[in-house]
Amino acid sequence: MVEVTDVVCSLCGCVCDDIVVEVEDNKVTKVKRGACSVGKSKLMGHNRIKSPAIRVNGELKDCSYDEAIKKAAEILAASRRPLLYGWSSTVCEADKVGVELAEELGAVIDNTASVCHGPSVLAIQDVGLPSCTLGEVKNRADVIIYWGANPAEAHANHMKRYSYVSKGFWTEEGKKAKKLVVVDVRATKTSKMADVFLQLDQGKDYLVFSALRAILYGHEDVVPDEVGGVSKKDLLETAEMMKGAKFGATFFGMGVTHTGARQNNIVNAIQMTRAAHTHTKFTITPMRGHYNVAGINQVCTWETGFPFAVDLTRGYAWYNPGELSATDLLIRQECDAAMIIASDPGAHFPGESIKHLAKIPVIQIDPYPNPTTEFADVVFPVAVSGVEAEGNVYRMDNIPIRLRKLIDSEYPEDEEILKRILDEVRAIKEKEGK
Amino acid sequence: MAEVLIKNGVVYDPLNGVKGEKKDICIRDGKVVAEVKNPKVIDAEGRVVMPGGVDIHSHIAGGKVNSGRLFRPEDGRKGVEAKTKVCRMQSGYSVPNTFATGYRYARMGYTFVMEAAMPPLAARHTHEELVDIPILDNAALPLLDNNWMTMEYVNGGDMDLLAAYVAWIMKATKGFGVKIVNPGGTEMWGWGKNCSLNDTVPTFEVTPAEIIKGLAEANEKFDMPHSIHVHTNMLGHPGNFEITKETYDLVKGIKPAKDRQVMHTTHTQFHSYGGTNWGDFESKADAIAGYINQNDHATIDIGSIILGDTTTMTADGPMEYSLYQITGRKWTNHDVELETGSGITPFLYSGKSPVNTIQWAIGMELALLVEDPWKIALTTDHPNAGPFIGYPILISMLMSKKRREESSADMHKVIYDKALLPSIDREYDLNEIAIITRGMTAKALGLHEHGKGHLGVGADGDVAIYDMTPEETDAGKIQKAFLNTKYTIKGGQIVVKDGEVVATPAGKTYFVTPECDDKLTDEMMVKLKDKFDHYYSVTLNNYPVQDAYVPNPYEIKAPWRS
Repeated sequence: MVEVTDVVCSLCGCVCDDIVVEVEDNKVTKVKRGACSVGKSKLMGHNRIKSPAIRVNGELKDCSYDEAIKKAAEILAASRRPLLYGWSSTVCEADKVGVELAEELGAVIDNTASVCHGPSVLAIQDVGLPSCTLGEVKNRADVIIYWGANPAEAHANHMKRYSYVSKGFWTEEGKKAKKLVVVDVRATKTSKMADVFLQLDQGKDYLVFSALRAILYGHEDVVPDEVGGVSKKDLLETAEMMKGAKFGATFFGMGVTHTGARQNNIVNAIQMTRAAHTHTKFTITPMRGHYNVAGINQVCTWETGFPFAVDLTRGYAWYNPGELSATDLLIRQECDAAMIIASDPGAHFPGESIKHLAKIPVIQIDPYPNPTTEFADVVFPVAVSGVEAEGNVYRMDNIPIRLRKLIDSEYPEDEEILKRILDEVRAIKEKEGK
Repeated sequence: MAEVLIKNGVVYDPLNGVKGEKKDICIRDGKVVAEVKNPKVIDAEGRVVMPGGVDIHSHIAGGKVNSGRLFRPEDGRKGVEAKTKVCRMQSGYSVPNTFATGYRYARMGYTFVMEAAMPPLAARHTHEELVDIPILDNAALPLLDNNWMTMEYVNGGDMDLLAAYVAWIMKATKGFGVKIVNPGGTEMWGWGKNCSLNDTVPTFEVTPAEIIKGLAEANEKFDMPHSIHVHTNMLGHPGNFEITKETYDLVKGIKPAKDRQVMHTTHTQFHSYGGTNWGDFESKADAIAGYINQNDHATIDIGSIILGDTTTMTADGPMEYSLYQITGRKWTNHDVELETGSGITPFLYSGKSPVNTIQWAIGMELALLVEDPWKIALTTDHPNAGPFIGYPILISMLMSKKRREESSADMHKVIYDKALLPSIDREYDLNEIAIITRGMTAKALGLHEHGKGHLGVGADGDVAIYDMTPEETDAGKIQKAFLNTKYTIKGGQIVVKDGEVVATPAGKTYFVTPECDDKLTDEMMVKLKDKFDHYYSVTLNNYPVQDAYVPNPYEIKAPWRS
């Protein structure tokens, strides 16, 4: 038995890196400390895709990696409008090969941000993002706001490691000396901990951000008695709390990015932060979901110039979310082939998009079977990054951390599969004289 | 044995005292040699030949550069070029993608670029992008001035332990030298505040002046190739020239470890301002140049303005906030725990604005008023004062008074009252241009000892052949020649021909390993471990940059000087 410390979790955007596990006979046998229950489950391992496979007469039939790579490359090389989607639950090294493959194919490359914090990216492109690393929040923040986010269940270590419950340099008393504000449409495990819980009406976030902005800029007279289901009294109390903070930190989640005014919600959330900044230090940070969704946005940006929804048909990058994001392309039935890696649109995309995915050839690269596997035509099982493979990832605050390899795997890494597909595509194109 | 012979060129190699001589350059296996036997011959036909350019200060890779790209798709669109058989796709103007960064620098004849600010905690990010930039050799300067460890050691007067920390950070980040950006001010920005040179930073009870002096002393405890590299306090504030001069004075008595400056101060244009507000704002380039002329311990780079839209970005968080308050445009900020911060906002330098006009003049005034070109480097603090692609404009301006006069006529008339530029007659010659773009920069970085910035035997086979003769006086033709080389040769390989990129070899990353006494390191580690146990959000073991991030390393050892 070997004890491994400083293990980095490859589950959510918290990317906890102080986990201790035991490894015996090339298996993670125990997670001793540091991980939440979901992270623990990932580290311990669970059901896997067993073999590469190709769908024949409606059934997935096991095959060799060589056969699967040949088939995948044929599909992609023959496609007139391929979509390469996912990329958030793998490492940056694989993402880089993904961008190169998209460039070679003239494909559209998109990542899970487009159905997640894509609206946040649009808002940042409008107004910017006054933010900080999570350690800044830990050491300084005395007012924490979670808006449309439920970290107690979705990012289970977030409050403990970085925010409300953590203890840092100027916050050594921990939560006793902090205020927690939770804004949500329903009571959650997180809201039960809050000093102030603003329960707003579904889809009314924009109005509530506006009301707080107005108050923070000294225009409380224009705020009516109730805004979006929240009383003016509660809004005034929240604004006072924000003004009185030494350091305030807002975290926001899916509850605001994909409801009501979507990206405009986030523009308003950022404007609220700017307003608070006229009184004291205030920051705002998106609660990124997948452990490396921030990373694919980084890689895609430094290589193509743009973070998601990038069309490479022209040979250079053309960015237009809403037109070129995966769901939109699929709803318009524009793609004639798709490669899905490290994500599961089968479970998360709108029905219309999935219907089209089911009709076209789909290549899947993933350690685990999921609803996407049900209609995938070529399937590659791969090593689990952070357990069986190492590589770089970006935490939700864009801090890069290297995942550790804990055990050997019988499966190849994402990067290797992608490189082999890229080589095969190039070989086909060369043969065809393209 | 790959051999190249460049014949019939007019060579400018200032580090070897070659000032426009007809001279052959021989390269074998990537290095300059005395003679070759069976070379590929490049006939330069009387054109200007220089060593590959060495940029001393540019923001090309890392978190804030990429945040700039991410939040400015409108800039990304400006520079799109489709992939070719050789090149990958390109995008961006002030914030080009990694590929465009390499190609465009190479086309200007540059072969080495220093990334000027690397937050230690995010060093992996900087290296990931550096690896992705084709052709250019590179290095990065880790930020060390707002670090709690630094401030605590400066407070305690423990310069040996500070040196041990500097050594550890250099190794942990695969960094090249000590970067200082608004010392103390960025820590105070953690609370939304800022400070000046002699203010006391609360909690840490040190002044920026003490931080600068302490880091200079610590730096010189090793044979560091580069001096401390300083972005002084109060960047961009009217009247800041006094603080700039006072900053120079701080390190005057410190003896450098090598034959070089003890302090390099950067983008000096932003720090040479007179007046008390934007209304009575004026150039104090003469005062700054006067100081540099009279003293030998400090070098500067100019950070000259390129007119037009750009993306400003710096670890000086409070400065970017001030700028955003002036423009009301989008603003991104990213404070980094225990270490540093950063801010980004777009900015338009307009010739119609009196303030921008004076700023535009100051950069060139500095270059023209500092008498010894070995004390000054050509930069735009890319992309802060303008993108690096504007260097050829600056070169043509410095070489042609006529061009300056023509351009000044298009600027706000304030240029004739509050700037010095119209009164300056000096014109740079090609030898001086070679100094401020390669000779001086390589020497100030200590890279001339590692084959950069010159063409002596043993130097790297990095050569730029510009499509102009030494007699050329037409500013437009000079600008064109410096934008796209006839040939750029990197390590003996032709990478640019007739202005087109023809090969994209990977560049090397240079980093410095200061060698520190184990006992000192152990004592320092006790304090550092406490920081990781209680205040950092990553563990000590996950912090250092792994070797995988530097696949093409060039290590420079810096022994401790007893």
